[in-house]
Amino acid sequence: MKSSSPHGPSADPETRLLTDKLWDAVVRADEYAATELVLGALDGGAPAESVLLDVIAAVQGRVGEEWAANRLSVAQEHAATAINERAVTALSLHDAARTEVTRGRLTVACADGEWHALPARLLAEVLKLRGWKVDYLGAQVPTPHLITHLHRSDADAVALSGSIATRLPTAHAAITACQAVGVPVLAGGAAFGADGRYARLLGANAWAPDARAAADRLAAGPLPRPRPDHQAIDDLPHLADQEYTIVARSRSALVRTVLAGLEEAVPEMRGYSDLQREHTAEDLAHIVDFLATALYLGDGELFVGFIGWTAGILAARGVPARSLSPALGILSDELKDFPRAVDFLARGTDAVSSFHRTTAGKNA
Amino acid sequence: MLRNDAAARLLPAADPGTRLTDAAPVWLSAAHTAARTAVRLPGPRTADAPATPAFGEVGERSFEAHPSPRDDGSIVWWLVDDTDHRVVRSALTKERERTAFLTQASNSLLSSLNLGRCMDVTAQMAAEQLADAALVIAPARRRRLPVVSCLRGQSPVQFEQQVDPDGVPGLGEALRGFPPVPSRWIDPASAPEWMVPDGFGPVGSIVITPLPGHGVPAGALILLRRSESTAFTEGEEVFARLFAARAGAAMSAARLYAEQSSITEILMRELLPPTLQQTRGVDFAGGYQPSQDHERIGGDFYDVHPALSDDEASLVALGDVCGKGLEAAVLTGKIRNTLHALLPMADDHQRVISLLNTAMLNSHHTRYATLVLASVLRRGSDVKLRLTSAGHPSPLIIRTGGTVESADTSGTVVGVLPKAPARSTDVVLAPGESCVLYTDGITEGKGGPLGDARFGEARLRRALAECAGMPSEGIVERIQMLADQWVGQGSHDDMAVVVISAPRTHHLSAVDGHTRGRFTA
Repeated sequence: MKSSSPHGPSADPETRLLTDKLWDAVVRADEYAATELVLGALDGGAPAESVLLDVIAAVQGRVGEEWAANRLSVAQEHAATAINERAVTALSLHDAARTEVTRGRLTVACADGEWHALPARLLAEVLKLRGWKVDYLGAQVPTPHLITHLHRSDADAVALSGSIATRLPTAHAAITACQAVGVPVLAGGAAFGADGRYARLLGANAWAPDARAAADRLAAGPLPRPRPDHQAIDDLPHLADQEYTIVARSRSALVRTVLAGLEEAVPEMRGYSDLQREHTAEDLAHIVDFLATALYLGDGELFVGFIGWTAGILAARGVPARSLSPALGILSDELKDFPRAVDFLARGTDAVSSFHRTTAGKNA
Repeated sequence: MLRNDAAARLLPAADPGTRLTDAAPVWLSAAHTAARTAVRLPGPRTADAPATPAFGEVGERSFEAHPSPRDDGSIVWWLVDDTDHRVVRSALTKERERTAFLTQASNSLLSSLNLGRCMDVTAQMAAEQLADAALVIAPARRRRLPVVSCLRGQSPVQFEQQVDPDGVPGLGEALRGFPPVPSRWIDPASAPEWMVPDGFGPVGSIVITPLPGHGVPAGALILLRRSESTAFTEGEEVFARLFAARAGAAMSAARLYAEQSSITEILMRELLPPTLQQTRGVDFAGGYQPSQDHERIGGDFYDVHPALSDDEASLVALGDVCGKGLEAAVLTGKIRNTLHALLPMADDHQRVISLLNTAMLNSHHTRYATLVLASVLRRGSDVKLRLTSAGHPSPLIIRTGGTVESADTSGTVVGVLPKAPARSTDVVLAPGESCVLYTDGITEGKGGPLGDARFGEARLRRALAECAGMPSEGIVERIQMLADQWVGQGSHDDMAVVVISAPRTHHLSAVDGHTRGRFTA
């Protein structure tokens, strides 16, 4: 039941009630009800930070979970997020959110290709409430824009948000570029791992598990200054084997080959419509993207975790998880000259079979 | 003990027969005792193994002493004067340290184009290597001096000081930058209080060094040493000037960059796409992605001109100038200005398009444009639209049930032929329905999982069918995300989207920054 409860253990009944009401409004895509709820709570004296993090963020977390469980469509997820965004805007204009700047200047941004802006937006609002001057650059900020902004704005630090693991190589480029101009980076968001391992691996100066912790960390004192002699390649010496580069570069060719191989191996695929074929190709492209990211980070667990998650998503949509195995097999044959990739794919295949065993056991 | 003439000159007390301990320095007699012990030790010994030399000083010079044992058990000590060698070596070490420091300074300073950070780095490095504390002062801004001060081992502190630089000896000249002035020592007693960081203690010496810039004054570096520290040597002063040259170059580059980028920003502000919001009871949302990462503007544009009253229609324009980058962006600015001037006749789309066509034909630009105009009027809970395309992809309408219709309008591109005929169409949006205006950058993007397919109108329609009932920003975000992910790492044309939506519920106004949403029903 853990996944269906958006409340932290400390949420009081009032917050719970508000969260449930906001959830209803957001799912109905009723922005007026949503903003009225948020503004009403502020009028009633609820602390703005708590409304942001214990209510709006909690509802957004539930949106993601419900989507994964196939109880919300992608479009509904977008609609819900848009409503939540409007609720945040309404909150930021309320008197309760008016704060004086008492601290330094920070930049909050998402790396290029990262479309999930809400976590960064929530952090930006929390930091404003805590007295920082915040430049919020929004979703998918190309690294050159971020650096231009830093040259102009003497920020004390950059808070970089990432939700999608496959954007980590890009996030690494952004972290490195910020540090090269002398600005330390605090990384946060689901992409950096539940324990922040990828934030450390990619050389971020600090990591925080959530917006509150990020704000606390930034308040605790300046982040360590980037070392000027640091070279990004030192963090990831395994990149020397070129496996990441080659897999990432030949993404389309790999997807094409695996798709053709699957049509040969799985007879029912030959009857697929163009649209079904394209969806399959998209799923395969995702697998290749995660494999490439795992190769970049030198962490097979990332790939295994993704395969397990995909198996769950497929199962929720009535597709048997074992259909993943032939795809991983063909990919492994294609990449037989790349020992790290072959190892990750083998571990992914194991994860599929064990997922299949457990779900089969449950159904029996 | 025996000696030669040279040894007699070096060690006058070493008369033949005296004990070595009485005549030679302690280090030499100790080495002798050690060497004797080694000689007496039993066991195999290779005759030509070189004995380890001893080092030490005699008087003011330093020597290397090589023992060579003789068959009779006595030892001959060969003393080699290495004073000059040592002096050279220590000078070399010092030079290497300084070169490493200057390299590090260059690296750190070159990496930033921000004046504040350049000053931070300069103060911190100077405090670590050149003095016990350092201040970096930039030329005055509005009669205030921006100052960064740093105590050795601590973080730099920024502050502004309202002071007349000419009141401090040497500071005024250093900040003027020209004529060039040498570093200047000032009497620590004459230093103003703000120049000495908190907790520094009594000041021993202060030197003010100008930071030379690129033809403009970059600032001044002030170095402070404590009483107990030694004053600056000539070599240190030369070194400080080398460092100052680098810091000054970096700081003036940062100032030039700041000036240039603020000019760019002011010029670009007018060309950036506007932020859209609810206007006159209609939801508008827009999104723009230039083709090149490092640019923020390009050849696509959109504008919403709100109506002056609820009875008049607002005008939306979205278009695409052939070409991309800055030059195309400049032309979008001209088109947007022209359309703005033509607002009084906005009801007559054909007339607006014809006048724009004439204006573009008569300008020196050889580029042409496509655009779509939408007059938008809220009537009850519906939104009435008049749509006209001039050579532009037809707007798409998302109906409540998820049907996607193409607006029946077409026309020729603007700025090529003497006439630009276009056919308008009228559309009504029920609450929750939306109209999507987009540029072909969205549909022409090449990519997808197989890497070679265009995003295309069919995919766009499929995606929009899923967006039925979504808020306008949600639709814009969804289209932008799908188009961007479709293209992936590949290159794409400029992409612009505007979504016009009839609000779902009966509200007079939503959160537009001033008023709260209010129910009418």
